[in-house]
Amino acid sequence: MSGTEYNGAEIIINSLVDLGVEVIFGYPGGAVLPLYDALFDQDKIRHILVRHEQAAVHAAEGYARSTGKPGVVLVTSGPGATNAVTGLTDAMLDSIPVICLTGQVPVHLIGSDAFQEADTVGITRHCTKHNYLVKDVDTISQVIHEAFYVATSGRPGPVVVDVPKDVQIFTSTEFHKGAVKHRSYRPEVKGDIKAITEAVTLLVGAKKPIFYTGGGVINSGPAAAQLLCEIVQLTGAPITSTLMGLGAYPASDKQFLGMLGMHGTYEANHAMHDCDVMVCVGARFDDRVTGRLDAFSPKSKKIHIDIDRSSINKTVRVDVPIVGDVAHVLEDMLKLWKAAVLEQGKQSYDDWWAEIEQWRSRKCLNYSSSKDKIMPQYALERLQALTKDKDVYFTTEVGQHQMWAAQYLKLEDPNRFMTSGGLGTMGYGFPAAIGTQIAHPDALVIDVAGEASIQMNIQELGTAVQYGLPVKIFILNNEYMGMVRQWQEMNHGARYSQSYSESLPDFIKLAKAYGAHGIVVDKPADLDAAIKEMMATDGLVIVDCRVEKLANCYPMVPSGAAHNEMILPDEAELQEFEGGAALV
Amino acid sequence: MYHTHKEIEITARHTLSIIVDNEAGVLARVIGLFSGRGYNIEHLTVAPVDLKGTESRITVVTIGTPHVIEQIKAQLDRLVPVHRVGDLTESGPHVERELALIKVHCKNNKQQAALRIAEAFRAKIVDSSHESYIFEVTGKTDKIKAFIRLMEDTGLVEAVRTGVAALTRGAQAL
Repeated sequence: MSGTEYNGAEIIINSLVDLGVEVIFGYPGGAVLPLYDALFDQDKIRHILVRHEQAAVHAAEGYARSTGKPGVVLVTSGPGATNAVTGLTDAMLDSIPVICLTGQVPVHLIGSDAFQEADTVGITRHCTKHNYLVKDVDTISQVIHEAFYVATSGRPGPVVVDVPKDVQIFTSTEFHKGAVKHRSYRPEVKGDIKAITEAVTLLVGAKKPIFYTGGGVINSGPAAAQLLCEIVQLTGAPITSTLMGLGAYPASDKQFLGMLGMHGTYEANHAMHDCDVMVCVGARFDDRVTGRLDAFSPKSKKIHIDIDRSSINKTVRVDVPIVGDVAHVLEDMLKLWKAAVLEQGKQSYDDWWAEIEQWRSRKCLNYSSSKDKIMPQYALERLQALTKDKDVYFTTEVGQHQMWAAQYLKLEDPNRFMTSGGLGTMGYGFPAAIGTQIAHPDALVIDVAGEASIQMNIQELGTAVQYGLPVKIFILNNEYMGMVRQWQEMNHGARYSQSYSESLPDFIKLAKAYGAHGIVVDKPADLDAAIKEMMATDGLVIVDCRVEKLANCYPMVPSGAAHNEMILPDEAELQEFEGGAALV
Repeated sequence: MYHTHKEIEITARHTLSIIVDNEAGVLARVIGLFSGRGYNIEHLTVAPVDLKGTESRITVVTIGTPHVIEQIKAQLDRLVPVHRVGDLTESGPHVERELALIKVHCKNNKQQAALRIAEAFRAKIVDSSHESYIFEVTGKTDKIKAFIRLMEDTGLVEAVRTGVAALTRGAQAL
């Protein structure tokens, strides 16, 4: 398509507008000045100025995960791009659609070690789904459209578009319109009907089935979560979810067994171990889920639905692989299941549920409460109770508080829980909450944080205050890098090497310094009032919730153990594990 | 510990053909996948193969258990610029060739020996001086290896191999 002449920067911005982009998270610099100039004169795209490029990517992730739309990032060359790498890797591991535009030195300077030059496509090749270096302004619109197509189709992921400064200045009349037909990348969304039929036959004949669901359900969209609920409720089978999949199925439903894996529930892990048919829906048998591989669910036939063929048989061998989009496959599965049940009748799972109820009665999430100290689990229970009727979104940082959040916040809807699953990036939660709040200005957005993680992107207080974002930072402050301390206690003779957070800031004064509100609470009796004050306060709030310092996160499958060999809170003596120091 | 799931599986040599977009960085993507995930590369050849030069064909010879080979193919297949991945070893009979240039420094008896061996292997002389030859030899990997081994006794100076190029037999394309 030809028409009026624009420079590369204007073409990029216009292409983004065409693609429906409303927000960009970014930070300016020398190599992106033409792009920032093009942003200056328009009002279709809102630019959110972060304080560090890593936070820009996490904010875009939060935006993407809470809306289902791709997030867009704009950073400069060299340090701008390298700072974005952690965010990109995070988006890669959690399959989040992010488009990151990076500035680059002018084409004729590439390879000369110019000022703020880095080999961005080289560095990001391993941490993006795909990346581009655009050397010809005539192709730039096409590349932007292609980048969106690649980031959002199939298994989503981050895409980097590296644009040299001169390419942003050169002019062209070339604009891409309409859908992209990629030369080589066209992922299948429909599952093979033969495989689906085989899966349904297994499922209908099962006596002890279980659904094991992951982030793929959420990535597939609201229809997938809807279909999942339908098929789970029609079959009457139990369901468990990975960290990434929480919220896709309502946690309050009696068929939901809670999260599985290293800090999953006793009932979820035991049901996974003893099931006879496992239906894995958009999850990838991560090592935090499986525990020791050769002891993982030894008696079951496994059905695996995944849009990425390389996820299938990667670690766990499955019996019925189905490559396709979760929503498409579940729709077919549901139809076939209904037909098969009409013909053959439905199995009774009464015995299976009786077994599960026994595991459930073990009440693995019980903890010893305290009158004078706030237990972190109690803090999250109260947070859950007091926010459950609100339009609420949670993000988390990484560590003990993250696992407690996954255990005690009962998530009812998809796209409401943003957490760094695959990469485990400390500092994720606060910028992700910023991105979430930008997308949902009137919602209650809470970052469940630890006092260590929050400091990894604490500079974003400036961003949140600048845009009047009423994010609530709820810090479970135990003065330790809690998960590190827990592992040192278990595996290194309680030698707390470098895991105590000395010289912590006064979070109340810190909030004040940025023009925000701070609340400190250290008595269980004051907790409800503090949470209510947090919710009643307009604008950014930091709650410094002083919790029991040495609480451990249970239940736990020690790394390297089978997934039914769990440590429960009431059995957990301070024993050292043999060979524990080698565990990861 | 990331528990290692040790299974007794036999490793095998597989020749993979990968059709890719001939774009900047595509080879780095393919090689990076092998190094990043700890797969082997025994041989690697790459060049554009269509008239317009828009597609390249990468031939990789790799060694792994059936499970690893399956993963390699799936991982390659999800790279955005990859059009098709074929496993020639699995898909049936195929032709494999590589070319080698071998420089030999020799006199008298050794010279006679070198020329005899070259004749037996149907190697061509592509350069010669008073005391040296460069032989060009094509064939399967085993033949090339055997030729180089024999030339060691006659005064081998250096050798270079192209790596394997391969196509399936019959009328079908990949």
